[in-house]
Amino acid sequence: MEILMSIVIGIVFAVSVYLLLSKNLIRVILGTLTISHGVHLLLITMSELQRGAPPLLDLGEESFTDPLPQALVLTAIVISFGVTSMLLVMGYRTYKAHETEDLDKLRGSADE
Amino acid sequence: MTFLHWATISPFLLAILVPFLYKYFRKIHTGWFVLILPIVLFIYFIRYLPITSNGGTVSKSAPWVPSLGIHFDLYVDGLSLLFALLITGIGMLVVLYSIYYLSDKGEKLNNFYVYLLLFMGAMLGVVLSDNLIVLYVFWEMTSISSALLISYWFHREKSIYGAQKSMFITVFGGLSMLGGFSLIYVMTGTFSIREIIANVDLVTGSVYFIPAMILVLLGAFTKSAQFPFHIWLPDAMEAPTPVSAYLHSATMVKAGIYLVARVTPIFGGGPEWFWIITLAGLTTLIWGSVQAVRQKDLKAILAFSTVSQLGMIMSLLGAGSAAYYFNDGDNLLYTTAILAAVFHLINHATFKGGLFMAAGIVDHQTGTRDIRNLGGLMTFMPITGTISLIGLAAMAGIPPLNGFLSKELFFTGMLNASDYGIFNLDTWGLLLPAIAWIASVFTFLYCTILFFKTFRGKFQPEKLKVDKVREASFGMLLGPIVLITLVVLFGLFPNILAYNVIEPAMQAILPGILDAGELFAVHIAHWHGFGTELWMTLGVFAAGTLLYLTMNIWSQSGFYRSERDIFNYLYDNGYDGLIKGSQLITRAQITGRLRDYFIYMCVFIVLLIFYTMFRYDGFALQTSNLSPIEPHMWLVIIAFVLAIVAIPFINNRMTAVILAGVAGYLVALMFAIFRAPDLALTQLMIETISVILFMLVFVHLPKLKKDDTKPSIKITNLIVSIGVGLMITLVSISAFAFGSEIGFPSIKEYFIENSKELAGGYNIVNVILVDFRGLDTMLEILVLAIAALGVISLIKLRLKEGEDV
Amino acid sequence: MKKSKPNNMMLQTAMRFITIIVFAFSFYLFFAGHNAPGGGFIGGLMTASAILVLYLVFHRKEMLKAIPINFTTVIGIGLLFAVGTGIVSMLFDFPFLTHFFDEFHIPFFGDVELTTALSFDLGVYLVVVGAAMSIILVISGDKK
Repeated sequence: MEILMSIVIGIVFAVSVYLLLSKNLIRVILGTLTISHGVHLLLITMSELQRGAPPLLDLGEESFTDPLPQALVLTAIVISFGVTSMLLVMGYRTYKAHETEDLDKLRGSADE
Repeated sequence: MTFLHWATISPFLLAILVPFLYKYFRKIHTGWFVLILPIVLFIYFIRYLPITSNGGTVSKSAPWVPSLGIHFDLYVDGLSLLFALLITGIGMLVVLYSIYYLSDKGEKLNNFYVYLLLFMGAMLGVVLSDNLIVLYVFWEMTSISSALLISYWFHREKSIYGAQKSMFITVFGGLSMLGGFSLIYVMTGTFSIREIIANVDLVTGSVYFIPAMILVLLGAFTKSAQFPFHIWLPDAMEAPTPVSAYLHSATMVKAGIYLVARVTPIFGGGPEWFWIITLAGLTTLIWGSVQAVRQKDLKAILAFSTVSQLGMIMSLLGAGSAAYYFNDGDNLLYTTAILAAVFHLINHATFKGGLFMAAGIVDHQTGTRDIRNLGGLMTFMPITGTISLIGLAAMAGIPPLNGFLSKELFFTGMLNASDYGIFNLDTWGLLLPAIAWIASVFTFLYCTILFFKTFRGKFQPEKLKVDKVREASFGMLLGPIVLITLVVLFGLFPNILAYNVIEPAMQAILPGILDAGELFAVHIAHWHGFGTELWMTLGVFAAGTLLYLTMNIWSQSGFYRSERDIFNYLYDNGYDGLIKGSQLITRAQITGRLRDYFIYMCVFIVLLIFYTMFRYDGFALQTSNLSPIEPHMWLVIIAFVLAIVAIPFINNRMTAVILAGVAGYLVALMFAIFRAPDLALTQLMIETISVILFMLVFVHLPKLKKDDTKPSIKITNLIVSIGVGLMITLVSISAFAFGSEIGFPSIKEYFIENSKELAGGYNIVNVILVDFRGLDTMLEILVLAIAALGVISLIKLRLKEGEDV
Repeated sequence: MKKSKPNNMMLQTAMRFITIIVFAFSFYLFFAGHNAPGGGFIGGLMTASAILVLYLVFHRKEMLKAIPINFTTVIGIGLLFAVGTGIVSMLFDFPFLTHFFDEFHIPFFGDVELTTALSFDLGVYLVVVGAAMSIILVISGDKK
């Protein structure tokens, strides 16, 4: 399962990076959304999957899956929501201001 | 924090008050308030004089960063006391002078005095600190305050140029010095100068000896304007004259001298130290004196003369370091150089301070500093003229002034050094007195030019910017008069300094050479009989006079006509080159195209990881101990992969959002299967809200166009993204395999065991979030809050036409 | 949201009940969080989605009247709760964010375990609700 998941995660990353490299603003935002899925799955996979019960002590089980990555991913999910919405709104405002979603046309003059 | 500590930082405390004093007491010149402090401090430090002149020292400690061995340790011995007295004493006169020099109308006095006090405190810190890191901090503060003072008239372009130059050069040196100090710490394990001197064997035996020495010397040489770093000092003359008199002649530029003197017991005694410092000093001496002859601006002449005199003191410290080689303090042969260095340090501060103030008076009263426009001022400004005459005579080495005495000692020191018979001196030794003599001729020459062109000769009122030239007010003259009186006093009675000030300073520069209770012999006399020194001095007078009389001939040459030091071209071109080079590099990579940045990052990390993997055999595959794949899992995974892979091909924005949503819900399902109920719930909720959000926004965004990117770019993108995907897969598989191979125990047991006992909760994930890692969660919700505020301001903040985000 | 029709009676009536259930469930998730799946994050997101559903069905203006809450303020209150919980423990000479818990007997509820972590989690809950709601509302309220 872990190896299968690794391959799946690789696919997610490849697709996300492809989206990020696109010149269309909407695709870039979608890319950030999918890449966060990849990261979350990666973190969970690294902690060995399905070893023991869900980390709830009152289930009375002996062994539990690792709760720490779960806690990490939980916060990561919420954070990536914040980041994605921020990016989304930035894209939205950019479009409103410049009337284009083509990133090649959005290049500002490099003004050091 | 003892009283000594408070005394050291008192200038900073007063600096905080200055803006308020300036604002609420506009009627009174702010300088009068500031003047109190150096007077009090001077009297305070005078009280240490009996202690150090009896061979005693005072050290006071206060912790600062004790865990790193950094303590705010202050140490008063002969050397640091001498500097503290110079800083406060000259400071006192300079503040007094500045009250008359800077008008309280139209000048930003609050800025000026804040910077000046900053400098005073920093300089006291430099000379009193025993800890190298504390010394470094104060050292950089002197650089900063100096740059601020140079750019005091910041609307002048030259001021900014000078400030920037001095900042670049001295901060470069300061950073090198920090590197040197770090190396010293590596060798000895302490930052305390006294402890380092006590364990000096650890330094001399180390491979870092030479690098550390060079780095520390870079700091000292840049600060003390030694060749070829001297170019910042003439440009620093854009500062108001009180500043030039204070920082750029009497105190700050001597910080490098102080540092060299301070670390002589650590590095001194070998040929490297001897030759580097002596040669740097002598080169600076002759270069500065020759350049000074070419200058036409009063302050520029004095600036190059300062450079040259600093070189002279530096070379004396180099020659005197040989005393460590012989380890013989009784013999005047070896210690005369150090004696001359300390003595000339004092003398130079007195006559150069007075001369700068006199030049400032000329500037103030006539409106020009160009010697081609000046002349005949003796009639109108007899007091200023007399001050300058005495100061210049002292600098030129005319008896019986103090400059004569130290110049004689300088010759003696150089002659002695050529007789050491070590470090190849039997071959090259004669070079030292030869250079010293030539430089002294030029010193005599520019002193003569300065005096006769300014105060004698023809008065040219039409070239001056004022209608009537008159003598300056008494308050302005008081400072230079005091200093020039000292010049005469030390000249006539040098031995009032001998055992009170000079000998304790020598003890501090050369500790451990004498047995306890012994004293260095300090014998300063006007008449030594018909020795070589006398003939050298007479020769200087003769040659100098001859050159001055023939000035009409050689002043037509190109040498005299241009005045810019050629090393400035090096600096300017280097500076321009740096700016242009960085612009070039920046333009090449900052294309303004998001795709390029992503490509840089991805390609770099992919190449790095693949290289590491192949180079260090970083790939591993583990097929055992995997969790089984249930049939329904295949279903979920296939659906998920299909949803994800389809997204780039979709040309309808709503379909794309729905697909992304489907993928998100499938992730939630996977979390559920992987026994993470909290995650599954969170993902479910987030996905719902995200989809609503995307829908909301995408309604307003344009329709997804068909991807019209060029096929070649598409292929590059494809390769890069497949590379990233492959890298992630390989890393993930290997990490998993290595993780179970090494067999680090997971820290999950801690949470499982203590969740109930310590935090009283059964849901371990939640307990980690709110209790064990509560701080992380707190910062995380802070990030969420910031993101929300960012969104709100992006939407609500309506930028006007033309404004950019 | 602009297209939601205010005269959709069936949906509105159904939604009134459904949202009450969703609200109740979200509060349950929040309070149960310490011992069962749930907690501030999940509870907050559930509450936010319940409110969002109401927004989808009813008019924006009606909703602003019905729930006159400035969600930006909610974020601030939440942060204050979270930080305040941490600071309270400092007042008793414990490190920042030390939590305490004990069992109490409360009439009707029986033995209840109360923990200071709950007030911290309340902070999380409020921030999540506030952030999610204010992001969505500000976007939907943006003039075209």
